[in-house]
Amino acid sequence: MAGRDTAAADPMTPDVPRRAGSRYWLAGLNPAAKLLAALVLALGLVPAVDAVTGGTVLVGVLLLLPFSGIDRRTLLVLGGPFLLMGLSSGLVNHLYGEHGLEGAVGVAVRLLAIALPGAVAAVSSDPTETADGLVQRLKVPERPAMGVLAALRLVPMLADQWRTVTLARRARGLEAGRHPLRAVSLFFSRLFALLVRAVRTGTLMATAMDARGFGTGPRTHARHSRWRAADTLLVVGAVLLLAAAYTLSARLGTLVLLFG
Amino acid sequence: MADHDRPGARIELSGWGWRHAGRESPALRGVDLVVEPGERVLLLGPSGAGKSTLLHALAGLTGEEGALTGDEEGVLLVDGRPPRRGRGTAGLVGQDPEAQLVMARAGDDVAFGPENLGVDPAQIWPRVTEALADVGFPYGLRHPTAALSGGEKQRLAIAGVLAMRPRLLLLDEPTANLDPAGAALVREVLARLPARTGATMVLVEHRVADVVDLVDRVVVLEPGGGVVADGDPRTVFADHGRALAEQGVWVPGHDPAPRPDPAPGGEVLLEASGVALRTPRGAGTRAAPPRTVLEGVDAGVRAGTATALTGPNGAGKSTLLTALAGLSRPYRGAVLPAGPLARADRRPLARWPARRLVRHVGTVFQHAEDQFVTGTVRDELRFAPRRAGAGETETEARVDELLERLGLTRLADVHPYTLSGGEKRRLSVATALSSGPSHAPDVLVLDEPTFGQDTRTWTELVELLGALRSQGCAIVLATHDDLLLRHLADDRVHVAGGRALVESPALVRGGFRGRP
Repeated sequence: MAGRDTAAADPMTPDVPRRAGSRYWLAGLNPAAKLLAALVLALGLVPAVDAVTGGTVLVGVLLLLPFSGIDRRTLLVLGGPFLLMGLSSGLVNHLYGEHGLEGAVGVAVRLLAIALPGAVAAVSSDPTETADGLVQRLKVPERPAMGVLAALRLVPMLADQWRTVTLARRARGLEAGRHPLRAVSLFFSRLFALLVRAVRTGTLMATAMDARGFGTGPRTHARHSRWRAADTLLVVGAVLLLAAAYTLSARLGTLVLLFG
Repeated sequence: MADHDRPGARIELSGWGWRHAGRESPALRGVDLVVEPGERVLLLGPSGAGKSTLLHALAGLTGEEGALTGDEEGVLLVDGRPPRRGRGTAGLVGQDPEAQLVMARAGDDVAFGPENLGVDPAQIWPRVTEALADVGFPYGLRHPTAALSGGEKQRLAIAGVLAMRPRLLLLDEPTANLDPAGAALVREVLARLPARTGATMVLVEHRVADVVDLVDRVVVLEPGGGVVADGDPRTVFADHGRALAEQGVWVPGHDPAPRPDPAPGGEVLLEASGVALRTPRGAGTRAAPPRTVLEGVDAGVRAGTATALTGPNGAGKSTLLTALAGLSRPYRGAVLPAGPLARADRRPLARWPARRLVRHVGTVFQHAEDQFVTGTVRDELRFAPRRAGAGETETEARVDELLERLGLTRLADVHPYTLSGGEKRRLSVATALSSGPSHAPDVLVLDEPTFGQDTRTWTELVELLGALRSQGCAIVLATHDDLLLRHLADDRVHVAGGRALVESPALVRGGFRGRP
């Protein structure tokens, strides 16, 4: 954050420059292209349940990671749950599935290969640019896109409020201690207090958006969401990666289709 | 810009009234008012007089798709037409700086309004830079809005409205949630706006003295009624000042004069030693890492004494307050009980079990709702004595006494969330008092207790705190309120620049206290 605001922009540049350097090729692409490519990979992998098809795609996406501009801390935060998800679904399928170890590995790898591209696309993109890309390039309606963007501003506020609500319970003498049942009921009481605050802030924010004329007519766009050759290349690359994965798997004779 | 030479809008109301959906009586009725182009008007009236409602109606936020629903009567015209949002005639700035901004970056946020009006993209950025210059915004277009202070956020919100080139500027308590420095930033902008835009301005503000120089006309509204006074500020305050002050309005020259009981002083109850405090870790992967806001804090809190924490927002007042209340653990050092309080438990306050803590240290949060845990006012007050194992008759007696003392008897069976702002504050004070063994804890900690209170609830609160202090209770409060400091504060701790400086006048020790 600090690095970004010291690089104060040239005030007259209408198109806000992207934060990425050339090294982070992926971060500089249009978020719409990244989401589209992720969608291609995710949908394309649905029919194939073997480890090789999914694995090829997974390796392809992992090779892109160094160019995504995602910092190490984010990777760790993101990577933990992902590995857990893969391992647990693999384990469950190994124990209770009908296709043995091979099927279990296939399920785990496929799950990761479907989920990872979307996560990388989302994390490596700026939310504002993502909304711009979705609205201007993928023709997503304005209202939900801008609504989600405004809601994102609520997230850090909610984190603050969660902390306050937690302190406020202690101030009323409420503390779970080592009592699991009490911990659960306390959690819901805090959640309710947070919800009340979130609804209030959300309503005020909606009023502020209305007061600035949101949703009254056709909007123009101050920021132009540019689609470059590299963006097309990424989407085409996703299709090619998918094709390569299926070809490789078929050649090796490992391809297993969902409805095969 | 040529657009700025356009005159302001003309407002005309005749027999106008509004009843909120689900309410029996109207918020406003029979309002007759004409505001000429370029006039700067301050709307005044006791809380509940429908001032905000009128502003929202002028902004075109009422009706089918608007934020306000209810029944309208009479005529309300802006430039001869019923107001409709999206036309760009009126711009409204609300009071909560957190809720005014929509986008993550400053420039994008200011561009949001023009985008919605369908302004040609080529003209948007010149408008944005001009609006930012008009409000004296010190950062670049890409500055993250989340990193702004409250006053800066309100400045940005005003810029966002100016970029829409409104001819009518509506300001709903724009400085109510700001510290004095932030409020000054906003007032400075408001002072130079008329010359730059020529827009008509209608302002609602609680603390009248701060804004009276910015307006050339004052209009007083009555709850459920219409205009009761109208004219230049001096005449209106001379004729109606006393009546307004009695209704709770902050009128210049009519400051409330509470008579809190004198401070007896007493032993030190809490001691902060070598306390360092850090900001909590933010949410999300892009959040800033924790940083140390205060270091080497050594301060004591004495019984029968009001200790005030002062200083700018963001300096760590609230963080220090939660540490002194034993709610959060300092990053380094500890808040230790002393004197009689140490007999309850010798450990640092942050390690006390919550049940023991509430019996000795009560906390009143800035947003009262945060600490409500039951469904009725009476249950809120029963909660602590019951958990402490008090019998039925004892509990009820204590609850009735607190209800009576804080003027909540009439509201005993109401849900706490439905109370008014002043009532919520009184209830949160009452809950803190309900947990102490002798109807009050040893230490009462309050965060901005007078925020948004009218003069009547303000006076009640100051006198209540004075009474608690005279019983030997230690009062600790974080506040920006100069009047409160003048009437109540004995010891002061100034929090700024990573340090907490104790500015304690020596006269408290003997129990003597001068009245201002």
